[in-house]
Amino acid sequence: MAPENIKHALFCAVITLVIAYPILGLNLVASGAVVSLEGADTTTVLAIVVAAVVVFLFQLFRDSIMTRLGTMARLNPLSGREPMPQSKRAKLESWLLTGLVVLALFWPFFVSRGSVDLATLVLIYVMLALGLNVVVGLAGLLDLGYVAFYAVGAYTFAMLSQYTGMSFWMALPIGACLAALFGLVLGFPVLRLRGDYLAIVTLGFGEIIRILLNNWTNLTGGPNGIGGIPEPTLFGMEFGRRIKEEGNTSFHETLGIAYASEHKVIFLYLIALVLAVITALVIRRFMRMPVGRAWEALREDEIAARSLGLSRTAVKLSAFTIGAFFAGFAGTVFASKQGFISPESFVFLESAIILAIVVLGGMGSQIGVILAAIAVTILPELAREFSDYRMLVFGAAMVLMMVWRPQGLLPMRRIHIELKDQG
Amino acid sequence: MLEVKNLSMRFGGLLAVDQVSVDVQEHEIVSIIGPNGAGKTTVFNCISGFYKPTGGQILFEGQPIQGKPDYKISRMGMVRTFQHVRLFGNMTVVENLLVAQHRHVNTNLLAGLLKTPDYRARERRSLDRARYWLDRVGLLELANREAGNLAYGQQRRLEIARCMVTEPKLLMLDEPAAGLNPAETRELDQLIVSLKEDYHVSVLLIEHDMSLVMGISDRINVISQGRPLASGRPDEIRQNDDVIKAYLGEA
Repeated sequence: MAPENIKHALFCAVITLVIAYPILGLNLVASGAVVSLEGADTTTVLAIVVAAVVVFLFQLFRDSIMTRLGTMARLNPLSGREPMPQSKRAKLESWLLTGLVVLALFWPFFVSRGSVDLATLVLIYVMLALGLNVVVGLAGLLDLGYVAFYAVGAYTFAMLSQYTGMSFWMALPIGACLAALFGLVLGFPVLRLRGDYLAIVTLGFGEIIRILLNNWTNLTGGPNGIGGIPEPTLFGMEFGRRIKEEGNTSFHETLGIAYASEHKVIFLYLIALVLAVITALVIRRFMRMPVGRAWEALREDEIAARSLGLSRTAVKLSAFTIGAFFAGFAGTVFASKQGFISPESFVFLESAIILAIVVLGGMGSQIGVILAAIAVTILPELAREFSDYRMLVFGAAMVLMMVWRPQGLLPMRRIHIELKDQG
Repeated sequence: MLEVKNLSMRFGGLLAVDQVSVDVQEHEIVSIIGPNGAGKTTVFNCISGFYKPTGGQILFEGQPIQGKPDYKISRMGMVRTFQHVRLFGNMTVVENLLVAQHRHVNTNLLAGLLKTPDYRARERRSLDRARYWLDRVGLLELANREAGNLAYGQQRRLEIARCMVTEPKLLMLDEPAAGLNPAETRELDQLIVSLKEDYHVSVLLIEHDMSLVMGISDRINVISQGRPLASGRPDEIRQNDDVIKAYLGEA
């Protein structure tokens, strides 16, 4: 064992003590008007010491622990298998995906309302992550303010419905297009920026939008948000018990079935599903089109791309615009699902989570990103039993993930292009 | 075809290129040679629009192009390779060639989404062109490999193929033989001559490999320390005292 390892481990253990003891080991006790500081009970102190020892041991043996963790992934029984021929795999994949979508169509009728609600949220994240995947995964532009476009979509619908009484179906394209416009506007000042600088500017942009929403009280309602956002209707049929808007009919009366609150939830889920599938298919097409290849070329080597006649401006702006468009889509659905939105929903943490989904899934890989969106949204729900520690569990899961598969759940695979023989 | 007159490029206090003139006629291979750091690549960067020259004039087919953005210059039919190969490493070999042809494909988003007949036909044509050039440079078998995983010599050839699918009028090669073994250099030699003979492309070449340069060039320009030293046919250059001095040092 190298001596610097011991030094490093000791240092880490001391840091653990220094941080943990004042936070956990000291209690503020209020007796009347006086606040006094008291030491915590012995079990807490003991726990802190144990934690420091664990940190010490982990750092001491970190190299061997990490390599062992790394090799564990190789226990995967599938890893040694021969890869399937390309054409067969592509066919299998498309069948599998179609099957999954069909399953997803019928699934909500058999499960609880809560699961359907959660699934709708998952689908919103799928849309967001697929959109961000265009910007980050394909075009290689690190965008930390992606949530701004999500907010634009949501607020567009909320305000349009509040001030003009516009319906969901009208607001959906408007919200998406407005978000795309914002993407375009953000694109211009950051054309020359790359990497870290770009990340900082986009981060700032995201905050500007949130702070604007928070402070423009007479338009956006400020921190109070906007409530009473209508749910989508199905050909003028409302899903509430009573009809809110004149001229509409109600779903259960028209169909002559008993009113059930689930109808609305399931309908929203189905809308989200259809939109998510559309998002996935459209972006999938883009990836196989010149524009998608141009995005990737720009990510790979900007100078070479320009030397071949690709305009940096056009390529970057198209990536920002298209990414933002789908965030606007997701935002509109989100506003409709919640019925109430406030700037609270569009904080930086949301951007970070969406980015985490893209990285976890494997940059550029659509299926990976969809899987990661499901995992990242559902994991914290499943981990509810751990109550206070669930974010800790979530964080640990992410760290392990990055140790095992730094390339993401399902890394992007290149598209196989068959070159036909010329007669 | 290409006419560079009194080109100067100044970086702060450093005059990297001073009054250099080069011209390339149609159907011609012209080389720029010179010791390391002579400013050859800077000349290339000025011509291809990566740098904005601080003095002089560059005419391509009679039009002034100095100061134009690089991608516009490339679209006029002047494409270059790089001293250090610059491929799209994580993309496949075919994709590298398809990216280069984006001008020939229908870039309308809706046409692509709906797969209109026109879009399909253009896509087909660009695939055929990619196939043709891969076959020509002997990379057809590797079409679906990632470009970054190719051997160095193959990457060099792919970079040239990637330029050729854009159907350029003038091809600018920056040290295409660097890092190649003698056999590969001979292949490259034949390829460049064939580009001129069979595909009617003019070539502007920077190269250190003297046998390659002397063998295929119609004319040679020598630059030393940013200044033009000599220009002429290969046999004239070979006997030029200034050139010999610049290369071997004064005795």
